[in-house]
Amino acid sequence: MKSPESLLPLTIDAVTFVAGGRVILDRISAEIASGPRTVILGPNGAGKSVLMRLAHGLLAPTSGAVRWQSLERRGERRRQAMVFQRPVVLRRSALDNVVYPLKVAGLARTECQRRAFAALERVGLARLADRPARVLSGGEQQRLALARAWALDPEVLFLDEPTANLDPGATREVEAVIAAIHASGTKIVMSTHNLGQARRLGDEVLLLNQGRLVERGPAETFFRQPATAEAAAFIKGELPWQ
Amino acid sequence: MDTLSLAFREAAGLIGRGDATLTAIVALSLQVSLSAVALASALGLPLGAWIAVHRFPGRQSLIVLLNALMGLPPVVVGLLVYLLLSRAGPLGPLGMLFTPTAMVVAQTILILPIVAALARQVVEDAWREYDEQLRSFGVRPFGASLTLLWDCRFSLATAVLAGFGRAAAEVGAVMIVGGNIDGVTRVMTTAIALETSKGDLPLALALGLVLVTLVLTVNAGAHVIREAARRRYG
Repeated sequence: MKSPESLLPLTIDAVTFVAGGRVILDRISAEIASGPRTVILGPNGAGKSVLMRLAHGLLAPTSGAVRWQSLERRGERRRQAMVFQRPVVLRRSALDNVVYPLKVAGLARTECQRRAFAALERVGLARLADRPARVLSGGEQQRLALARAWALDPEVLFLDEPTANLDPGATREVEAVIAAIHASGTKIVMSTHNLGQARRLGDEVLLLNQGRLVERGPAETFFRQPATAEAAAFIKGELPWQ
Repeated sequence: MDTLSLAFREAAGLIGRGDATLTAIVALSLQVSLSAVALASALGLPLGAWIAVHRFPGRQSLIVLLNALMGLPPVVVGLLVYLLLSRAGPLGPLGMLFTPTAMVVAQTILILPIVAALARQVVEDAWREYDEQLRSFGVRPFGASLTLLWDCRFSLATAVLAGFGRAAAEVGAVMIVGGNIDGVTRVMTTAIALETSKGDLPLALALGLVLVTLVLTVNAGAHVIREAARRRYG
């Protein structure tokens, strides 16, 4: 069901977002291409989540534009997915949680079940398939949310601070799943405030601070030789911003 | 022996041997109130869910109105339905006044705001949590309403039972549009009012006991369902 024309690259063109008189994002421009894992890095309140929601279409920019190479039409199956910091888990079994968006996407019943179960297996939750999803642990719920997104076989997957609420063990498991989703050919766009995670999972980095795009570059260069003083300070953990 | 204990004993006897008059009245009460609950739920649950997930001008006023209508006095509802159904009224030709159907209509109007307002609250709380995820999946508002109604089904049972409690216990509306006709439109509450004024305390008391037991059972049931669901589904 993959459409022949790719969604990517995604063009973010001078996007500004104002909420309640406060400028959350200030004229951000960036092109996000397929392939490398993009990490949106920055301290809390930098505007990372808002930028991802704008890109994913959950928010509309105050000015500027978000353009995909090919259009997703309303009512058509979505080719992008998003996983949130706090996983939104429906009051159903783990399996039914994964089946739900597949059904919305219009897949046949047996195909939904098959795909959903396969996705649970890939994230190591197959044995919990019949468990009510809301009694799973935080880490399990986040892996469930990843399985649910993965089952859709999206071209682009947005991850909004997917491990911010998790302990180190659960974080490792979630990071392993993210790496596997990347390996399966899905473009990963992830936000984090965690430098270690950005190093582990990022191929390219966009540093955001106070709603501005400070610096952008390949992860290796960014961490070794940041071009701006702000980025260097952030990497050193000096946090000059209030 | 004083009147009260005597009345209680006779009431217990009526219930114990399943007195025909008593059971007929209880049966009609259940039939009327359950029909009203079914109708009010069929209309009120989707209405509540619709208001919960849509943003439109006048929405806040509608919510305030709906909440206010939860306290609608039964006699006023009875009067309005009476005016609609009376021979000179717009729906007079239907000949529905003083029938159980008229009582169902009145009770439906009475509890529709209760079911809709409570459903709106429950669904909106869940919607706040689900909103972005459902939109991310490409779910439209109509589909979201259905999803939320299903996912909130155990909490919504409480809304429905609150409506049933209100319907079963009200006297004003059914009295006015039903007329408390023996064997035709006499229900528990109207019978209690009548028998008390006639001085037939045992029958009034027996009906009162049945009514209280019914309301208690329904509420206990709702509580058990909710707790079980909370443990099972989180």
